[in-house]
Amino acid sequence: MSLLLDLANSLGSTLRDVVPIVVILVVFQVLVLRQRLPRLKQIITGFVLVVLGLSLFLVGLNDALFPIGETMAAQLTSSSGATNVDQVRWMDYMMVYAFAAAIGFATAVAEPALIAVSMKAQTASGGTIDAWGLRIAVAFGAAIGVSLGCFRIVTGTPLQWYIMGIYIVVMILTIFSNRTIMPLAYDSGGVTTSTVTVPVVAALGLGLASNVPGRSPLVDGFGLIAFTCAFPIMTVLGYSLIVSRLGKKKNDQPGLEE
Amino acid sequence: MTIVFKALARRILNAFRDLAPIIVVIAFFQIVVLQQPFPNLADTLVGLVCVVLGLALFIHGLESGLFPLGEAIAQAFAKKSSVVALLSFAFCLGFGTTVAEPALMAVATEAASVVAQSGHIADNENVRASYAFSLRIVVALSVGTAVVIGVFRILKGWPIHVMIISGYAIVTCLTFLAPREIIGIAYDSGGVTTSTITVPLLTALGVGLASSIRGRNPMVDGFGLIAFASITPMIFVLVYGMVS
Repeated sequence: MSLLLDLANSLGSTLRDVVPIVVILVVFQVLVLRQRLPRLKQIITGFVLVVLGLSLFLVGLNDALFPIGETMAAQLTSSSGATNVDQVRWMDYMMVYAFAAAIGFATAVAEPALIAVSMKAQTASGGTIDAWGLRIAVAFGAAIGVSLGCFRIVTGTPLQWYIMGIYIVVMILTIFSNRTIMPLAYDSGGVTTSTVTVPVVAALGLGLASNVPGRSPLVDGFGLIAFTCAFPIMTVLGYSLIVSRLGKKKNDQPGLEE
Repeated sequence: MTIVFKALARRILNAFRDLAPIIVVIAFFQIVVLQQPFPNLADTLVGLVCVVLGLALFIHGLESGLFPLGEAIAQAFAKKSSVVALLSFAFCLGFGTTVAEPALMAVATEAASVVAQSGHIADNENVRASYAFSLRIVVALSVGTAVVIGVFRILKGWPIHVMIISGYAIVTCLTFLAPREIIGIAYDSGGVTTSTITVPLLTALGVGLASSIRGRNPMVDGFGLIAFASITPMIFVLVYGMVS
């Protein structure tokens, strides 16, 4: 019974999200475009399925995964034994970094927005980009990002230096990258931080910042999402560089198959 | 009937594969590292079934509804060839989907308490609420602007890396000028703005536009709308922090 109630609530909030989109679409359709969309019935059915599916997905996450994830984040972050600022040693939090990397990877793989973009990338590229490979590359980026972001909260080092470092690496990778992969790589950052990742990562950052002595959740708790957003750009650019290098090598070895 | 059933079974299997890492990670840390039993195992299992089914339905709806919709709109605008109409649609879509985004509301509320604690605004309910509200409007405006810039780029075929790296340069300069408390909030606001329904719609719109305009390539020009939507919020929030 409570599940049905949760579902109704979730459906309500998903619908509230969708209303502005539907209003904008209908207004422009009626006032500006004024032509029948093809396959309208199928589109409406699909839209309804998206809303239903997302609501069900969120109910499940809220009932099953988020509570455990949050308790886990709190337990792991409070177990170092340090009681004042001088006792904080970054090595004592190895388990937190490991958990951060694992959960960053896993939430990115499950992120519906990322699934959508990688499906689109596979069809738009005519299959040269593999949807699953792209998602794994993004997930590795998210893993590094969340883990390093936790390290930053523990050590209390300034956020902006990390972000600028990331920007410099992205610029260098951009110089060597192919033009076809760049837009997708830049997109992958914003895509990763969505429904599944943001709540879990935010809970982790908040738990860490309130449990590490000398850190305040209000000042040090921010920044983890920015890290999760920035690293996939690097790993996707890096992944495409590796793939194209490997491809070149294969072509450079003449005569083997002939 | 069997075809439908087979397709559905495949989607559920795929959804299960997508969620397997999360289940493994949580189970591993719970059982091996923290060495605790699962609280309410039955509830957790029911929840997992919901998550798997929900994801399968979502992906199915995506392919049959949201992607074709984005493409159909893109084609309709390309046929109409009114740049003003397209750009105003782009702005409305960016602004409208962001202003009510729950993740953004949460961040805005938290941001208001940070700024109140640092003493930049008075620490009472009304002032904090109005600060959070204007922050939301600022971020929504920034996403609207981002989608406009992104769509305009598709029309013109400008190279994305020059624009994104200029964006990084602006963010870097503003970071030195903005008050310290706002920096973390600004950086995070870039990630929270694009929701699970907006992302596929914008992606389909971008790719659809790039495919219907002659001389544009769906890979080189179609993607990138989300990228702009994750940089402009940083710039706008940093400026907002300096002005207010």
